[in-house]
Amino acid sequence: MSTRAKELLAVAAILVFSLVFYLGKSSGWEPTEFSTPVSLVVVAILLASLLWILALTIQGRLIGRRVVFLYVGIAVAMPLFMKLSQEMPVSPAVQGVYDEVMKLEPGSKVLIACDYDPPTAPELQPMAETFIRICFQRELKIIIMGIWPQGPQQANLALEKILAEPEIAAKNLQYGIDYVNLGFQAGNEFVIQRMGGSFKSMFRTDYGGVPYDDIPLVRNVKNFSNIDYCFNLSSGFPGTVEWVQIAVDRYGVNLGAGNTAVQAPTVYPYLSSGQLTGLLGGMSGAAEFERAADARGKGTKYMLSQSVSHLVVIAFVIIGNVAFIMSGRKSALKG
Amino acid sequence: MITAIVGITFVVSYFIPHFPFNRMDAWFADWFSIIQACAIVLGALNLLKLSAQKVIGQKKDWGYSAVIILSFLLITVIGFAEGADYRDPGTSFDWLYVNMFIPLSATMFSILAFFVASASYRAFRARNFEATLLLVAAFFVMIGRVPVGDVITGFMPVGYRFSDLANWIMDFPQTAGQRAIMIGIGLGVVSTSLRVILGIERAHIGSGE
Repeated sequence: MSTRAKELLAVAAILVFSLVFYLGKSSGWEPTEFSTPVSLVVVAILLASLLWILALTIQGRLIGRRVVFLYVGIAVAMPLFMKLSQEMPVSPAVQGVYDEVMKLEPGSKVLIACDYDPPTAPELQPMAETFIRICFQRELKIIIMGIWPQGPQQANLALEKILAEPEIAAKNLQYGIDYVNLGFQAGNEFVIQRMGGSFKSMFRTDYGGVPYDDIPLVRNVKNFSNIDYCFNLSSGFPGTVEWVQIAVDRYGVNLGAGNTAVQAPTVYPYLSSGQLTGLLGGMSGAAEFERAADARGKGTKYMLSQSVSHLVVIAFVIIGNVAFIMSGRKSALKG
Repeated sequence: MITAIVGITFVVSYFIPHFPFNRMDAWFADWFSIIQACAIVLGALNLLKLSAQKVIGQKKDWGYSAVIILSFLLITVIGFAEGADYRDPGTSFDWLYVNMFIPLSATMFSILAFFVASASYRAFRARNFEATLLLVAAFFVMIGRVPVGDVITGFMPVGYRFSDLANWIMDFPQTAGQRAIMIGIGLGVVSTSLRVILGIERAHIGSGE
């Protein structure tokens, strides 16, 4: 079979799987979940097979990259069906965001800058949902905006989910009074800079086209001086770095951030200097934030996948180094 | 000349936020937003043009370009057909966004996990002292950033578990390294900006000589 035929076959198989899962989701299928003993057995089998690969490597029989791909796929997918609980300590960086929100008085205005898009939503969407939930529970007023085109749309998905929760729905929150989505504005960091002078100059209307002055929540919000706390969800440029450099340094905004795991290390210096009040880094940051807020969501659920996949990657790094040492410190792994 | 005026205005307005510099600062920021909005349209049309050329010329992998054109037209037509409320829940645009765009985008990003694992297996070697140090730090951060790390070191007192070690690595050695990089980048940005403002560096307007 030619490579092109294999590719087409793989695409067809993925398409069929996707359709089946979509139809299942539409029909209200409940996700299957392994019991705790079965889950432990699956993890044990996975780890035992890695030991077997290590033994093969010591014997000089090396594995190809496709085997690594297979293990990563299993490590990510299988835990989604497992029922294993994990306890996560809340790091000081995450606690910082939570504490700042808890300090705010009911009625305080919180600006949520959603500067991300669907590729990074698995990490950042759980943060957005938890943050919005806490704000509504604390009766804070939420103003959403984004300098990434899809950010406000992602925020709407989070709002839709949180507003449907019985506890939040019972509050009968009103759009334009309790929360508002100002939408996307092009201009990267210049949008932040102009917001320092006037929000209205950058957001003439909200996400749905309602004029700025007709929205009760923001009618009296002129610039950052009317905002009590700002939370930035960022997955790249423009993002947290620009918010710190302009909104924090120039206009004195009180800022917390949620970043992807890839980006988080680049903003750590702002955390230790006090320019950021707290930082949620990647999926673990989302899970820790959920723990701090005592609300287990997707972040906590996906952490099991992350735990197992980290173990698998560490195992392969060890196996690769064993192969390296066994081959007399020459790179033996190819392809 | 334009570059010099805009550059100097931004620098001056940062230190003197009063008339006329604050007003000029606002004008230039507005112009930047307008130019960027136009650039988004230009970028989309350019993508369409390049894809069309590839399909017409039947160049390598032209099928992917055909998919780009079809997807582009589909989402644009549906968006315009649904009017101002095209992003509301329940619209066809929203269905495409939630059920196609989000999963496909997330899939592209998640492929990173496979490449990271494969690259780590094949290239992350303890070749020398520095590489070994990096390897050990990576091990502690990877294991300490997930709950299983604390399960393994659960018998240790709080403050000495893998998560504490990972936090220490991120808060101190990592932050120190990042800070050094940021200072280096900052100095580079200042020097390049001065060259651009003074007209020494003209590559950005297409004259590199």
